[in-house]
This record gives sequence, structure tokens and C-alpha cells, in this order.
Amino acid sequence: MSSDFAASFPLCPARVHEAFGPAALAFAAIAVAQARGDVFWIREGWRSGALNPVGLSDFLDPASLLVAEVRDQSEGLAVMEEALRDGASRIVVAELSQPLGLTPGRRLQLAAKAGRSIGLCLIGEGMGSNAAETRWRCTPVFDAAATPADSTLHRWELIKNKSGTSGAWHVRWDRAARRLNLVSPVAERPGSAAAPG
Amino acid sequence: MPSDRALRLRPVDGPFALTLKENNANRLHCLNAAAERAGLNRAMSFADARAFCPDLQSRPADPQGDDRFLQVLRRWATRYCPWVGFEGGDGLVLDITGSAHLFGGEAALLADIRQRLVRAGFTARLGLGDSRGAAWALARHGEGRAEPGQALAALETLPVAALRLDGDVVTALQRLGLRTIGELERTPRAPLARRFGPEPLLRLDQALGRQGEQIAPLAEPPHFGARLTLPEPIGLYDDVMAGTARLLEPLCARLKAEEAGARVLCLTLRRVDQAAQTVELRLARPLSDPARILPLFDRGLRAVEAGFGIDQLRLAATAVEPLPQRQLSHVAPNRRDRLDDLVTRLGTRIGLENIRRFLPAESHIPERGFLVAPAAWSEPEGGWSAPRPRPLRIFRPEPIAAAGAEPPRQFRWRRMALVTARATGPERIAPEWWLEDEAWRSGLRDYWMIETRQGRRLWLFHTPQSPGWFVQGEFA
Repeated sequence: MSSDFAASFPLCPARVHEAFGPAALAFAAIAVAQARGDVFWIREGWRSGALNPVGLSDFLDPASLLVAEVRDQSEGLAVMEEALRDGASRIVVAELSQPLGLTPGRRLQLAAKAGRSIGLCLIGEGMGSNAAETRWRCTPVFDAAATPADSTLHRWELIKNKSGTSGAWHVRWDRAARRLNLVSPVAERPGSAAAPG
Repeated sequence: MPSDRALRLRPVDGPFALTLKENNANRLHCLNAAAERAGLNRAMSFADARAFCPDLQSRPADPQGDDRFLQVLRRWATRYCPWVGFEGGDGLVLDITGSAHLFGGEAALLADIRQRLVRAGFTARLGLGDSRGAAWALARHGEGRAEPGQALAALETLPVAALRLDGDVVTALQRLGLRTIGELERTPRAPLARRFGPEPLLRLDQALGRQGEQIAPLAEPPHFGARLTLPEPIGLYDDVMAGTARLLEPLCARLKAEEAGARVLCLTLRRVDQAAQTVELRLARPLSDPARILPLFDRGLRAVEAGFGIDQLRLAATAVEPLPQRQLSHVAPNRRDRLDDLVTRLGTRIGLENIRRFLPAESHIPERGFLVAPAAWSEPEGGWSAPRPRPLRIFRPEPIAAAGAEPPRQFRWRRMALVTARATGPERIAPEWWLEDEAWRSGLRDYWMIETRQGRRLWLFHTPQSPGWFVQGEFA
């Protein structure tokens, strides 16, 4: 199973991916950390809940982050397409609020291909576009065994994959080493049967 | 001069004065001839002036505007000679050596200046002499012209105040009975120098031309602009781009020579029907490289409506910043250039202020632990550290129903029923008392990291001083 994960997780370059679920933000932070480079983060200005760079510094250096605040989704998509096509930043993350149609999704895909950069859309549940390369459902998991300082257990389900198989994995982020560790599923461990996945 | 400028904008009959607030009192700053005839003078308080002259009209003075206007006047005065400098706050000094004959001699030159200034609505006092001191004396005290080599004859009857001396020196000289420059000249020099120091004699020598004095001409500020006028109108995108490229080259060459970089560029396109369109390009970093600037105009130029054609292009750098030459080295490669260009391009779409970056700030308050700054006007900074775990996302505190100092066993948040599995804390954060903050009115906060059975890890706080529980963030 772990070989499967390695085939799909450091997100495949020059494509656009999607993530949703309560832990989608952590997924994005980890994906950005793995991409190692400058990041463009596009969000709509009216949305509440700001990124906290102090919390983000556990994952990546906030100095490499540029945040573009846009008025609405169409402006955000235009900015994303231009940033992807330019390729100056390794990865472009956009927080979307409305479903993404096939045409905009395909445009983003082409732009990512032209600029050789990764696109990642954080979407709401069920709002994905058919053009996305992969789609991930991310949920945080309570980890009874972990100490509070590193309780970052997540369940990542790959529910759509254009070039591979889907699957589900438990992962944990190592803050000190800035490394992603794959954990054997909770259900297989003794004494944790009660924990919901 | 300032009152003339004010009257040019809005003419007034009768006595008129500009007032300036100094030391909490309104004083007369500048007045016109009618007001002077009424017995008013400068530095008089406005209330006194109103008592003397009830029909005095006044307006507040604008010293900055006057300074700007004097700059304009200085530029105009370079039509007479290349060396023009400022004299005090309201005068100009021209070194007309070798240029008077172009206007038909010194007298004709003076007449020309006066005629043009009067036509523009200014009262000017002109003095012309061999030396700067003589010209100053003549301009301020009894106008006129000193014939070459005859400075003493022209200045003899002027008061000693015409020598650019301090007020108390002038008073002391008058008390000794030395009222005019001629009397001062005839006095033995040694006792004068012993009593007043070298100043009065130096000024006297400068006025009479025995001691040289320079005019410091001001350098013309560099002009960053270029213009292209076309014999036939153009309208195609490629043609306009080619024209812009042609304008960029001399402009960038001038910018490089001055070691400057353009921050804002304005391209004005004049159409055949005299309508003009302006494309403004705001850059994320000062640039002076035409190859990098030209593609950034792409988006702006595509939006231009050419109509019947464009026959003039004007490109100006309206905001310029110093951009020193940099040594190219393998140690610090310029890898941010592409990102800066991207920021510029996106800035033309969504506004350059809307692209931001985070800077660290020194505060324990979670909301103030960072600054958000426009990326174009800031440099990335390091030094981020989180001594304790901090949430990935923070929002406005959302109240939940709970009581007591211990974290609730179960609670509802955003219509979700959550059960606490583990609570870590408390971490007490006190408000910054030196800052007034509406959100921190409730006093101290005890922060808890709550891990729920449902998986979500939330950042809750309790306010012991006005009991209540709130959710403020969510961890990874």
C-alpha cells in the first residue's frame, strides 16, 4: 500500500489536483511543503478564517508564501490560470467557493501543463471538476496514542485518480523533521478499534 | 510673491493679505501693494491688521504651493541664462554673465523680465549689479541697476540693512551713526572688525565686488519620459507594442544612467480624434530593463480602443526609485525576478495591493503575531517560530455554550456535536494593555487545544474575567 501512496502523493507535477474535507488546509500545507518553492495562495477576500502563518511555519517557511486576495471566484480562476501558466511559483493553491465547471477545470489543466507547475484547488464537498487529476478527501483523526504536541494524524482518501488507483491512508506530519510519515491504519492497531476512521 | 500667486487664482480688489498660523497666532504672511499702503506690514498679527484696515481681505497661505511655484518660476528664468538659483524663500538669483547681450543689453534685459512678470500678474523687484551682494541690495532696497564697476556709486545711499546683515548688527551699526553703505565704507575697517567680527566687512566686500561669491545653480531634475509622434496613425496591437518598445529603450537608458528604476509607468496613447488613453503599469519592483517591462504592458495594451488610429505615444516613468547597479554573482542568483514579474502581471488584474505576504510581528496575541503587507512594497522576512502549537487557521472567536474553567466534555460548534477526547492546556495569554483592542475587552484568555473524538482539533479559549467559551482556530 505504501508504494501506492508514493505513486500518488507528492502530487504529480504539471497537473491540477483537488482536496476537500475538514483537513484540506493541512493537506494543502503539506503538499506545499513537499513541493519546496514559492507558493501562490489565492483566496477570496470576503471569506472569514484567515491563514495563520505562525501555525503554517510548522510546515513551510511563510516567507515563500504570497497571498492574492480576489473579489470573486472568476477573478480567482483567472489569477490561478495566469500564475500556473507563468510557472514562477512551484505550486498554486486556490480556495474555491463554487463548483468548478469542466471548461475552467480544463483551462487550468492546460495552464499547469504549460507552466510545469502544480495546481491545488481546495473545494467544498461534491464540488469537484471532472478535469482534476486527483481528488482527495482529508479528515483529521483522533490519535489516542500520540502525545498532544504531535497529534497530526490524518486520513487521506484518494477518491479520484486519472492515472492510478484510488486508496486511503493514514498519515502524520513530523513537525521537527518537516516530513510526512505514513502510519498503518488505525483499525489494524491493537486497542484502537473504538476510534472512528 | 505668494499673495500674487493667490490673486492670480482669484483676483480681489483692495487690500489683501495671506495669513499663516505661527505659534498659535495668525500672522500676515504676505500682502499686496494696497495693503502695504494701508500701513500693514509682514509678521503683524492678523487681529491687529483687521483693526488698522477693516476692509482687509485674507486667505490662508500655502507655503508648499509657493515653493512649487518658485520652482516653476526658476525653470522659466532659465530662458535668460543657464545659471539660476534661489535667493531666500521668495527670490531668484540669475548669473547673466555673457548672456545680457542676447537681449540687447542689461537695461533691455531688465525691462523684458519686468514686462513679462507684470503681464503674468506679479510685482517684482529687480536689481542688477556686478556682484550678487550688489544685486541683492538693489533688489530689496531701491531698485535699479549698477553700472559695471560703479557698485559703490549705486549703493552709497542705501541703508546698511541692504548688506544682508543680521537684525541686531544692523541696529548696532545704526546706533553708531553708520546708516548708509557709503558711511560704512568710509569708516576705518580695523575697529569695525574688532567690534562686529568679520561679517559686516565681508558682506560689504561682497557687495562691492572685492570678494567673489558664487551662485549655486540648481541642477535640472532628470526627466524620465519619451515621446513618439507618427506620420500615419497605427491601430494594430503589434504596432503599438513595437512603438512602446521603441520608447522604452531611450527611457530605460536614461533610467540606467541615473541608476534609477521605474516603479510606475504611464503610457499615453493619443488618437487621431484627440482622445487620449492612458495605460498605467505599476511594477512590483523598480525595473530598468526594457526586455522585462515590455511584456508587462501586454494586458494593458490589449484593452486599448484604437478607434481611427493612434498617432502619438508618450511614455513616462511617473514614480522612480533608486536602483543601484548590482554585481552579478553565482552566490545570490536573481531567481525572484520571474516571481516579481508575475506579481506585476497579476497586479494589473487584481490590484497590486491585493497581493500580500506575511511578515513576522512581535506579539503573543494570536491575531497580531503576524503582519500582512503588500508584496510589492516589502521584502520577505525570516524568523518565524511557534514555541507552542498554533492553529493553521484562525477566525473570529465563535462562542459555544459551556460553563466553568475546565474545558467542556461535549459541545456544539457550527452545528456539529463534538466530544472532547483530550484537552491540552491551559495557555494563558494576557491582553496587551498598551493597545486598545475591542476583541480583548473580556480580559485574560486561557487557551486549550481540544482534540475531539470526531477528529477535529480545535483551539478553544476561556475568559475567566467574564466567563465564556469561544472557538478561535483549527489545528492541522
